[in-house]
Amino acid sequence: MKPTGLVKISILLLFFLFIFVFYDSLFMEIYASESGLAKPNSTIPWWFWPLSLFIVTFLIGIVAVLGGVGGGVLFVPIVGGFFPFHLDFVRGAGLLVALAGALTAGPGLLAKNLANLRLALPFALIASTCAIFGAMIGLALPTNIVQTALGICILFIVGIMIKAKKSEYPEVKKTDALSNALKIHGVYYEVSTGHTIKWKIHRTPQGLIIFIFIGIMAGMFGLGAGWANVPVLNLLLGVPLKVSVGTSKFLLSITDTSAAWIYINNGAVLPMLVVPSIIGIMLGSFVGVKILFKTKPAIIRNIVIVMLFLAGLRSILKGLGIWT
Amino acid sequence: MDIKKTHMPIDVEKRVRPPEEQIRYAKILSKMMKVGLAVLILTFFLYISGIIPAHIPKEKLTTLWHLSVTEYLDAIEVEKGWSWVLFIKNGDFLNFIGIVFLSGITIICFLSIIPIFFKKKDYIYALISFLEVAILILAASGLLKTGGH
Repeated sequence: MKPTGLVKISILLLFFLFIFVFYDSLFMEIYASESGLAKPNSTIPWWFWPLSLFIVTFLIGIVAVLGGVGGGVLFVPIVGGFFPFHLDFVRGAGLLVALAGALTAGPGLLAKNLANLRLALPFALIASTCAIFGAMIGLALPTNIVQTALGICILFIVGIMIKAKKSEYPEVKKTDALSNALKIHGVYYEVSTGHTIKWKIHRTPQGLIIFIFIGIMAGMFGLGAGWANVPVLNLLLGVPLKVSVGTSKFLLSITDTSAAWIYINNGAVLPMLVVPSIIGIMLGSFVGVKILFKTKPAIIRNIVIVMLFLAGLRSILKGLGIWT
Repeated sequence: MDIKKTHMPIDVEKRVRPPEEQIRYAKILSKMMKVGLAVLILTFFLYISGIIPAHIPKEKLTTLWHLSVTEYLDAIEVEKGWSWVLFIKNGDFLNFIGIVFLSGITIICFLSIIPIFFKKKDYIYALISFLEVAILILAASGLLKTGGH
């Protein structure tokens, strides 16, 4: 990595560290308890919040691209843990942030066959149905329980990121009956090698069952679910890594749509939170893609893991009432 | 895994061309996504610039957003579901046009590919697409409300 790249990463880390350490003095001034009593904000002007959200989500957008994760998985624990918004609104915004990113990426991925509609549809039907239930559960449960469960889920994701291996071209010796009946297979062009790669899948029923849980978690925590989609598609079903990543991104546009509607219809959407976040993450993603080739993925990935670990820990402590 | 070396990208392009329904889905998604994002940004500008006054003043909003959604809706006296439509003339609720538009794109995309599946006599995928539309419309209908906390 060039020195300038290191400087940029250091600034990003320092910024998040600054928020983490000085959270209380910065934000707690207007953060009231769950009692429902609103404390008037006398010193910080309203525009500070969309502006700071824009800056933070811009940085999240950069880090997410460099770390190979979706924006939603960073957005919910960081904004939910360190901003004064209620977790209901943060999860609603998280879903819309992930949805906007998936909708934007979808056309290109579908056109290049890196997202496969035939593969996505059965899993999307299961996940989007279950995401509705997840969203309803999340909005019905007490906030401290959701916050604690979110923290545990984030630490679980950290574990997956550390442990899970990836397979560029998994071996599928024998397809299963269901994938044969649904004719789930495909072909794509690998630009880097000049090869056309045909793929097929196995273990479809097991994959469908796992997507029940993925859908519930996506809706409940508003995380998006790329972190779970990719390992299941790649390692369990045997889909090549690039198609797994592309199809996962496309899947989010369907799963998150159903959960997002539940949040919208239950009033858990604040435009002041949602719009700066969507714009920030999208612009950050553009910048992230541009500097992707100048950075070392392993370093960024470790930074993402540390950030998620801290945010997950913070979420658990906040949920348990230890650090409110 | 079947890997073949190819030397002619044009041939490759024909071989890896996505099926008709996937291309249709991608084209509609591409157009609607751009419109949705443009509407989202435009309505947000109208809101924060104060050109269209908000139902909840921005200064007051900072004292409400820490509340749970149920407490928040009670405080601003707005019902759950599609009742935001009644407040659409206000800058803050105007933003819901873009948000709802983005959340409705997937439904339109699925509706557009169902006829292609029928044309191909691919009835299983026509049924899956139809069920997906039904699920999304149910979610969008506002019939599924939670008790809140």
